[in-house]
Amino acid sequence: MQLLNILLDIAKTDSAEGYFPIGLQLLFAAGFVATMMVATHLLGPKRKTADKLENFASGIPTHGDARTPMAIKYFLVAILFVLFDVEVIFFYPYAVNFRELGWTGFWEVLLFVGFFLVGFIYIIKKGALKWED
Amino acid sequence: MGTTQILFWFLTALALLGAIMVLVSKNPVHSVLWLIVVFFAISGHYILLNAQFLAIVNLIVYAGAIMVLFLFVIMLMNLNAETEPQKSIWMKFFGVATGGLLLSFFISFIVSSIDLKNKTAQLKEGDVGLIKNLGKVLFSDYVIPFEIASILFLSAMVGAVVIGKKD
Amino acid sequence: MQHVWIVLGVLFVLLNVAAGLIWVERRMLAMWQDRLGPNRAGPLGLLIVLADTLKLFFKEDWIPSFADKKIFVIAPAIVVASVLMSFVVIPFAPGIVVADLNIGVLFFLAMSSLGVYSIVLGGWASNNKYSLLGAMRGASQMIAYEVFMGLSLMGVVMMTGSFRLTDIVEAQRSVWFCFTQPLGLILFFIAGIAETHRLPFDIPESESELIAGFHSEYSGMKFGMFFIGEYLGVTLISAMTVTMFFGGWMGPEFLPGWAWFFIKTFAFILFFILLRASLPRPRYDQLMESGWKVLLPLVLVNILVTGAVLLYLKG
Repeated sequence: MQLLNILLDIAKTDSAEGYFPIGLQLLFAAGFVATMMVATHLLGPKRKTADKLENFASGIPTHGDARTPMAIKYFLVAILFVLFDVEVIFFYPYAVNFRELGWTGFWEVLLFVGFFLVGFIYIIKKGALKWED
Repeated sequence: MGTTQILFWFLTALALLGAIMVLVSKNPVHSVLWLIVVFFAISGHYILLNAQFLAIVNLIVYAGAIMVLFLFVIMLMNLNAETEPQKSIWMKFFGVATGGLLLSFFISFIVSSIDLKNKTAQLKEGDVGLIKNLGKVLFSDYVIPFEIASILFLSAMVGAVVIGKKD
Repeated sequence: MQHVWIVLGVLFVLLNVAAGLIWVERRMLAMWQDRLGPNRAGPLGLLIVLADTLKLFFKEDWIPSFADKKIFVIAPAIVVASVLMSFVVIPFAPGIVVADLNIGVLFFLAMSSLGVYSIVLGGWASNNKYSLLGAMRGASQMIAYEVFMGLSLMGVVMMTGSFRLTDIVEAQRSVWFCFTQPLGLILFFIAGIAETHRLPFDIPESESELIAGFHSEYSGMKFGMFFIGEYLGVTLISAMTVTMFFGGWMGPEFLPGWAWFFIKTFAFILFFILLRASLPRPRYDQLMESGWKVLLPLVLVNILVTGAVLLYLKG
């Protein structure tokens, strides 16, 4: 119990101990979600009818299940998202430090953005972001 | 055992369980979900080492972006339990054997490494991993790798477009 | 024990706000569309919240026989859990914050990026063509807008020099960032609407085209989880906008800090509802192209201009 109290009264957040309340919140949030799911499972009625064996399509005849390949467009969007997301990560350490880094840091980032823009313009010129072919 | 040790062993067990489930799951989408669990466990380890920026970047990039790409690819190819090719038992056996050999090689290498001898990981404190200190080092000592990384991104973009676009 | 009480208090307030929004949204939509809205159950129709919740509990909790059962159950859990986790870093009043991390903004971004999974997995596990279409469209919309969501907040972070949300609120003591970072505010809010997939950006649902999209096979409280998740998401984006751009708990002395925070957040929630009442849904290709080709370059310009001006002023 004493250990718990020591852990609970930590306010210093630059150390890893500041993450303890997050675990607490995760525990309670997961508990809430699990309770709701179990409750609705227990409370609701169960009726099995033949209609429920088909995919729902708002009344029109169903066209089968969804295990079909998707368009390659989505893959292209996803891979560009991964690339841009990783590039964006580099801006985060710059944003907190940019006052100390001054103009040198600014030119460095400008060069980085320059390369970024070259790639971006290439993507647009190639029509990778155009949805209609 | 202190709280840190308990957390360490818990996260280690979670990471190993997740990694094994990635391999064992028949359905590739389940594998992806278990891989996300592994990344969360690894982020937990980073937080124990007080490498906070790395922990959160691991979540944003790996759990939040790359796994979405994996899911998209799986849906793109419509891989599921029925269409997945069944590997023979010998394939599985050799896979386990080579994997085990690699693991024992890594372990013996790390145990005998001079750089790592008599050193312990810095737990909970040490502020090298905080975003501010990391940024200072990145933008002063490691500027050239940083700029080269942006060229790498450029080539990756070109590659993605060449693969994903017909013409 | 202080942390346990804060966590429990935050969760209690949030879940009640999310439930209350059922009533608020329907009354407000009705008001703006010249209808009455729910007004029968209890005073001003307030008991509709209770009635709706009970109804969801007593509906059949049905898992389709053709669905991937485990993932079908996990998907609605992810949406609520990930949004609730995002609230960890938001300071509701001085001293009332679950975990005041020094990477608070990044934690918010990481948690909100997990919301994509609920849509992709929900739509995929349902094994329905409409659901999968909604899921894929919704997911690519969310990831496209996620890219510049983080960048749109960088202007504020540069002005503060910290990712800690309490520092950001304290830095707005003299002037709110909505005046110094107007472009950042607009871009963040647009990204926020796309992240919560609310109208006008409700591509994954779009009930007139995809019969409720990714959650059309869901019923009972599993559907309710998507519902709660959406309202929690609206509250999250509103709270985040207030914290980052509108001074958080700051305000004239005659009201306590938390009251100011709730008033401002509520104003943004109403704005979300007003948008739903007034704007049509854009076409999918229009949405994607404007995200990549207009908003992303704008956000980069915002960062560079902010940086140049601040460095110039510093001399």
